[in-house]
Amino acid sequence: MTAVSMTVNGQHVSAEIDPRTLLVQFLREHLRLTGTHVGCDTSQCGCCVVHVNGDAIKSCTTLAATCDGADVVTIEGLAKGDVLHPMQAAFRENHGLQCGFCTPGMIMTAVELVRRKGTDLDEHTIREELEGNLCRCTGYHNIVKAIGAGAQAMGAAAE
Amino acid sequence: MTATGIGASVRRKEDFRFVTGKGRYTDDVNRPGQAHAYFVRSPHAHATINKIDATEALKTKGVLAVLTGDDIAADKVGGLICGWMIHSKDGSPMKAGAHPALAQGKVRYVGDHVAVVIAETYAIARDAGEKVVVDYTVLPANADTASAAKPGAPVVHDVAPDNMVYDWKLGDKDATDAAFAKAKHVTKLEIVNNRLVPNPMEPRAAVGDYDEGNESFTLYTTSQNPHVARLVLSAFIGIAPEHKLRVIAPDVGGGFGSKIFIYAEETICVWAAKKVRRPVKWTSDRTEAFLSDAHGRDHVTHAELALDEAGKILGLRVKTIANLGAYLSTFSSSVPTYLYAPLLSGQYNIPAIYAEVDGVYTNTTPVDAYRGAGRPEATFVVERLMEVAAREIGRDPADFRRQNFVTQFPHQTPVIMCYDGGDYPKSLDKALELADYASIGKRKAESARKGLLRGIGISAYIEACGIAPSAAVGSLGAGVGLWESAEVRVNPVGTVEILTGSHSHGQGHETTFAQLVSDRLGISIDNVAIVHGDTDKVQMGMGTYGSRSGAVGMSAIVKALDKIEAKAKKVAGHVLEASPDDIEFKNGKFSVKGTDKEIDFASVALQAYIAHKFNGQELEPGLKESAFYDPTNFTFPAGVHICELEIDPQTGVVAIDKWTAVDDFGNLINPMIVEGQVHGGIAQGIGQALFEGAVYNKDGQLLTASYMDYQMPRAGDLLSYDIAVTNTPCPSNPLGIKGCGEAGAIAAPPAVVNALTDALGHEDVPMPATPQTLWRAAQRAVTKAAAQ
Ligand code: FES
Ligand code: FES
Repeated sequence: MTAVSMTVNGQHVSAEIDPRTLLVQFLREHLRLTGTHVGCDTSQCGCCVVHVNGDAIKSCTTLAATCDGADVVTIEGLAKGDVLHPMQAAFRENHGLQCGFCTPGMIMTAVELVRRKGTDLDEHTIREELEGNLCRCTGYHNIVKAIGAGAQAMGAAAE
Repeated sequence: MTATGIGASVRRKEDFRFVTGKGRYTDDVNRPGQAHAYFVRSPHAHATINKIDATEALKTKGVLAVLTGDDIAADKVGGLICGWMIHSKDGSPMKAGAHPALAQGKVRYVGDHVAVVIAETYAIARDAGEKVVVDYTVLPANADTASAAKPGAPVVHDVAPDNMVYDWKLGDKDATDAAFAKAKHVTKLEIVNNRLVPNPMEPRAAVGDYDEGNESFTLYTTSQNPHVARLVLSAFIGIAPEHKLRVIAPDVGGGFGSKIFIYAEETICVWAAKKVRRPVKWTSDRTEAFLSDAHGRDHVTHAELALDEAGKILGLRVKTIANLGAYLSTFSSSVPTYLYAPLLSGQYNIPAIYAEVDGVYTNTTPVDAYRGAGRPEATFVVERLMEVAAREIGRDPADFRRQNFVTQFPHQTPVIMCYDGGDYPKSLDKALELADYASIGKRKAESARKGLLRGIGISAYIEACGIAPSAAVGSLGAGVGLWESAEVRVNPVGTVEILTGSHSHGQGHETTFAQLVSDRLGISIDNVAIVHGDTDKVQMGMGTYGSRSGAVGMSAIVKALDKIEAKAKKVAGHVLEASPDDIEFKNGKFSVKGTDKEIDFASVALQAYIAHKFNGQELEPGLKESAFYDPTNFTFPAGVHICELEIDPQTGVVAIDKWTAVDDFGNLINPMIVEGQVHGGIAQGIGQALFEGAVYNKDGQLLTASYMDYQMPRAGDLLSYDIAVTNTPCPSNPLGIKGCGEAGAIAAPPAVVNALTDALGHEDVPMPATPQTLWRAAQRAVTKAAAQ
């Protein structure tokens, strides 16, 4: 067993875990934060994306033990109470989700994309940047729209 | 139209929980004391099992049990079933090989279930699974659709020594032969409809729980139709009678057909829960999903179209070999038969049609319904024939289609279906206009100047949704009725719960069904809750597939709402001291005709429950009604999709740069949601045409068992679509709905391939049309063009 401690959505957590525990397992099974999903076993789908120290990473391919001391944000940590993060609101407003399974990963990816590339994102950039995220329901049309609008809204909110 | 009523693009009520990570999917369910299951699967496509030795596995700390086919047999757990009987030409019933949930003596595909290890954690179960030693004698595999039933092919099931599940036919052979005899032109095509893996992003999962005190079971599972799962697990597999088995399908992360079926894994989880006296959980990983989720399509077809000298269609002849895999999955037998051949008339007047379908066994994963189920295969045959025929006789593909369109309704086709309404030329005209079809020549010339090959492809599809009148499907062999149920519970304060047998796994029923109620009762959609996916709450239902939730599921709600209104009028009559016949109901208010006396819906609900204003012997207190709705016909969504693309002959890379979709779905409840369904369908259709294909080698090994090898469409591969509608209300249900869930997946593959072949100087290309395939075809096209 290995001891880990980290901050998850602003709260300090520590636990004794099997060293092979993946970050996604730690989040889902130990902390019962089930908003982060697992859609594949080859690091291809992005359903599992969370932020670790501000970077969007695939929690299915990250050992929890390597996140010792890290600041982790999951989809559950994005809204402020009942007030949605602008990117969450944009997904709802633009019908950027159907079954919702890919959605947490999409939103976490999108939020970090805005941080890296700014709030004015063209369609081509958004589509290229989604290379690590699969959605089987939406055909991406409305996800692309949602991310563009969400980026704008994040810009407006920051002003 | 009100802001939240029928026809409004209301933002989805369910989205708050999904965008905040509060959805509750099956893998999010954890029961106290739960153990975990790992399935030991066959690494061979075809082998006899000589011995299973679990000694070492059982010694592993934390292992609770290792169960095999012997345990299934000892407990008399029934086999998995196929619920649609198909008869061969000679009248004999289809040959259904036994399908035990854990293999008994033989494995028939890679991924077949050999044993299950149940342990304290999934990691322990998986580790122990590696220690289960299985002694196999490997047999030659039968893994190729076209040759599966050839003499000498390895036999998959002894009940079908020639590997034929059935040889089925539809239509009039003599009339079709006569039509071909007088034809001026015959177009012939060889078609392979590639095998696909559905791949909803949420993998399948199950949690089985046994309550010793009540001797009852609960199964949480990723199902599109929990009541059907309960029925099959009870009546056929014999786990427990229906009143002792509760099936819950919570939030489900996409289905596309693959979660209709009753699989081995959930059967085992619920059965094993009683054996180990612990809840048992299993969640598929993606590789397991590739191996064990029912696949889709996989047809090999020869098709011929007969034309007269004026270009009128005289007849259509089709011979298809359909790969059904190693076992018959829940509805697999119906997909290449009654969900396929009845759509071969397309949007066209075809006087004579004859289709033969051989369903064959192979040592591959079972094949069943995947988005569209049979209808994409039929549309591909028809729309490829139309395109090729038009080019062969030197006609414009759009004009040739228009000339042969059905324009009078009702229209009886020679293959069962009676089309009830539509306007096919209207969709075509609108699509041609939006796609700027007229100036394609100019755009082709511009591409050619850049050394690129531009093509345009049309697909005019029709499909049958809203399945279906129960007696009609019964006469075709279905083992179940295909009605839907609804219950409307009005609470004393006027809020409403709708209990439905439909199931939402992305379709947004919590919003659209609430819109219907809001529209009808004049109450806020926030005061309507939709309850679904739990057999203890909803009495019965047939579930969601084939775009039936609007046409059938919502029609059941309408029927129950009719009863609510009638009863509420009686209550209102008593309160307002008027005859119920004089009561009008509008905008949420009951009023006495010609007076200003009125009472709102919530007050009537309260009066119904306090029951002070009427005699409880004459009028029952309360306000709750239920209904079963049996459809009167299939519905027939139809439309035209146009794909325009450019191929780089140097690389074989294709870029779709315009997609036009004009669909007729009848009346729309929520246009935003309908558009989303079309987007997703087109993406899957483009996926089939350009990227996706399950590949088996000759030994029956699935070479495409992960996202590294099976190319799913990604955002960067696709584009934004131009979508329009030409809605003609459906005459066959009270809401005029036709259904929209499969349209894109049906329409898109032939649109893409027609565009590719147009760009390639009519060189045929197989699906998926990968860059390598396209590069080769482009080289041939360039050489051919140079030679001319
Ligand atoms: S679960 Fe698929 S990339 Fe992490
Ligand atoms: S919304 Fe279902 S996978 Fe994206």
